[in-house]
Amino acid sequence: MNTIKRGLLTAVFAVGLTASAAHATTLKYAFQGTLNQLDPYSLNETFTLSALGNVYEGLTRRNENLEIEPSLAESWEVVEPTRWRFHLRHGVKFHNGNDFTAEDVAFSVMRLHGEGSDLKTRVGTDVKVEIVDDYTVDFVLPDANPILNYEWDTFYIMDKEWTEANDAVAITSASDTTANYAALHANGTGPFKVVSHEPGVKTVYEKNEAWWDESHSNLDRVEFTPIGSDATRVAALLSGELDMAYPIPVQDIKRVEQNATTSVMTGPELRTIFLGMDQMRDELLHSDVKGKNPFKDVRVRKAFYQAIDMEGIKRKIMRNLSEPAALMISPFLFSRSAEFERYPYDPEAAKALMADAGYGDGFSVGMDCPNDRYVNDEQICQAVASMLARIGVKIDLNAQPKAKYFAKVLASGGYDTSFYLLGWTPSSFDSWNIFSNIEGCRDEQGNGAPFNLGGYCNPKVDELSKQILKENDQTKRDDLIAQVYTITHEDVSHIPLHQQGLAWGVAQGIELAQRADNQFLFRFVTKN
Amino acid sequence: MFGFAIRRLFQALIVMFVVALLAFTMFRFVGDPVNQMVGVETSIAEREALRQRLGLNDPMPVQFARFVAGAVKFDFGTSYQFRQPVADLFAKRLPATLELSFMSALFALLTGIPMGVYAGLNRESWLSKIFLSVSLIGVSLPTFFIGILLIFLFSVTLQWLPSFGRGEVVDLGWWSTGLLTVSGWKAIILPAVTLGLYQMTLIMRLIRAEMLEVIRTDYIKFARARGLPDRIVNLRHALKNTLVPVITITGLQLGAIIAFATITETVFQWPGMGLMFLQAVQNVDIPIMSAYLLMTAFIFVTVNFIVDILYYVIDPRLRIGRP
Repeated sequence: MNTIKRGLLTAVFAVGLTASAAHATTLKYAFQGTLNQLDPYSLNETFTLSALGNVYEGLTRRNENLEIEPSLAESWEVVEPTRWRFHLRHGVKFHNGNDFTAEDVAFSVMRLHGEGSDLKTRVGTDVKVEIVDDYTVDFVLPDANPILNYEWDTFYIMDKEWTEANDAVAITSASDTTANYAALHANGTGPFKVVSHEPGVKTVYEKNEAWWDESHSNLDRVEFTPIGSDATRVAALLSGELDMAYPIPVQDIKRVEQNATTSVMTGPELRTIFLGMDQMRDELLHSDVKGKNPFKDVRVRKAFYQAIDMEGIKRKIMRNLSEPAALMISPFLFSRSAEFERYPYDPEAAKALMADAGYGDGFSVGMDCPNDRYVNDEQICQAVASMLARIGVKIDLNAQPKAKYFAKVLASGGYDTSFYLLGWTPSSFDSWNIFSNIEGCRDEQGNGAPFNLGGYCNPKVDELSKQILKENDQTKRDDLIAQVYTITHEDVSHIPLHQQGLAWGVAQGIELAQRADNQFLFRFVTKN
Repeated sequence: MFGFAIRRLFQALIVMFVVALLAFTMFRFVGDPVNQMVGVETSIAEREALRQRLGLNDPMPVQFARFVAGAVKFDFGTSYQFRQPVADLFAKRLPATLELSFMSALFALLTGIPMGVYAGLNRESWLSKIFLSVSLIGVSLPTFFIGILLIFLFSVTLQWLPSFGRGEVVDLGWWSTGLLTVSGWKAIILPAVTLGLYQMTLIMRLIRAEMLEVIRTDYIKFARARGLPDRIVNLRHALKNTLVPVITITGLQLGAIIAFATITETVFQWPGMGLMFLQAVQNVDIPIMSAYLLMTAFIFVTVNFIVDILYYVIDPRLRIGRP
């Protein structure tokens, strides 16, 4: 009886709370995936980091056009090529009231390098942090690195005192049995604070009144719910239960647009979708060609390239929400990308190339493809298969869920693939990331460029890549980058397909900035 | 009686063990959990180190023994995705699933029984025919489709009911309930109907068939001959005797509802255990998957065990010929 009474009282209280919260400006939004944990160093994944970017801040940040601007560091200078000095902002407080100082920066870097961290590459492990005074920090590098802070938009500074007090210095790895305090609670300096977080169910944010920066947002409260089912997510937006939902499946865009109170914001994403071919093994694993590897011949690779009708894929499968790509990087991220063009779609030329290479009758090859990772990934693979059939190549398509796909094609699966589809976003927004991960040589264990699944190797690329890493002069650097792209384009190291599009469903009265890296940040949102 | 219970208990344990073993063997084919736990740029050496720490490199029997040893103590390990103990996660999700299951069972009983009685008594009326056609839809349409249909009708078009979530939830400390708020009640209607539709159909058809059977029996004819009013004959004498199989079926189906709420929970983003299980499958979260399968087996085994014992208590014939 007593419990029931108490329950009812709580209920009345809760209803009262809801009524008062209704006056505040609340944004309700949904994403297809879940926000599993709040620890900013435990998962290098766009959605998690983007959600935490409302709560935590880095020394530098990126604005809605992805340009770097000061954040917790007011300014910085490169004292000498291997020493960067950051002047920290005064008077910044964490959500619990603690002051932000140089100690916190040094601590954060230390924790970032700890076991279980998934973001170690944000600051190289050989970088040293020296505290000059309370508001000045030096980063000492082993080598010059012009893009040191390119990824710091998502390297968030934590409060040393809070983390230590809550025994959360060690990042929980999944093998531990106790939950980490920082995985369930957050204490940043950002424009919003986490009020409640139920992993996989709901996360509620409230405005941080004491934020150091002037907010463009008028939101008082934000409620996030993950909705995995596409149909439900779209329905919830259409019915007005949500103010914002993403992603909207391309086939539903029209439906959302036709609804009077909702619209879809589209734009190109930074991720490039591409095909890769095994050029390393002497005999393909999944093919009827025995004793040799047709993909070692650049003519075969180019024939594959020219046999694929990207405009057709754009029109039929992506419903025009994609941008065919000539490079392995989004044109937004490389100033000279306009100089590059795709090889034209030309099945006849492709057939001739195949005949030249001695495969006039074609051959058969297995293709690996994820079916729940990228926009319409499986359909793209099917289309590619049918286009290649026209030049005599018989594709044996193996499309499977990402968990199985990645287990097969990545290093842990022994690069067990002959022909595959993959997507890549350079997290530093810079070409070097692509060269070091995808275009460089690798050995069988994956040392070198680990995500070069096909094992393409041109020593010149590695050589130039090393120079790019250290070159501080922007023009010279871009020139070196253009050289690499010229080589990989001529070698047909991979077949870039397109940049898929972003599609965010937005209700009437919501204004927001759509960042091309698919980060949804509340500080750019206003609701009328 | 005691010996019978002990024997049954022993069999139940064997079933649980076999389920655990089967589940565990299947996980080898779901994919690589480590890849789901790290970002794409994590180096191969670090992935290998993580795999080692998780014990994924140990031989299968060792991993299984470790799992069983933990499960006996209700320790199912730490979720790969959430980095929290699986037992805690289940405790948090259990109320949502149980509330949904009981509400849908209630819905199935409260609509299924009257419809069945009516259809049994008035075989030829047009309303009975409508009931039967509706029940055919309930059996033949897949759950997720019914769910989406209801969402588009009641959420998008009419905008009466929410399309996802549990609404405002009140936390009572040991239990979180949505049944104390208006939004919570609104939120539970669509999922409960979706989940209960199949059971409703089943109950309705069962009652109808039983009713048809019972009203032909002699004692009903005598009751009528005695001049008892129809209401008493139909509801007290006829319906009561149809309920025995219904109670059995409902009991068994309740287990099924709890265990297979997965699809309904996914369609309505209902934050219960089924939704967590599906997310776990996508992310190869082995601790959650194994715990869920074990728990499902446990629910079934328990329900069957209780039903067996009840039969033994109710039906004297089972007791004859046993020591």
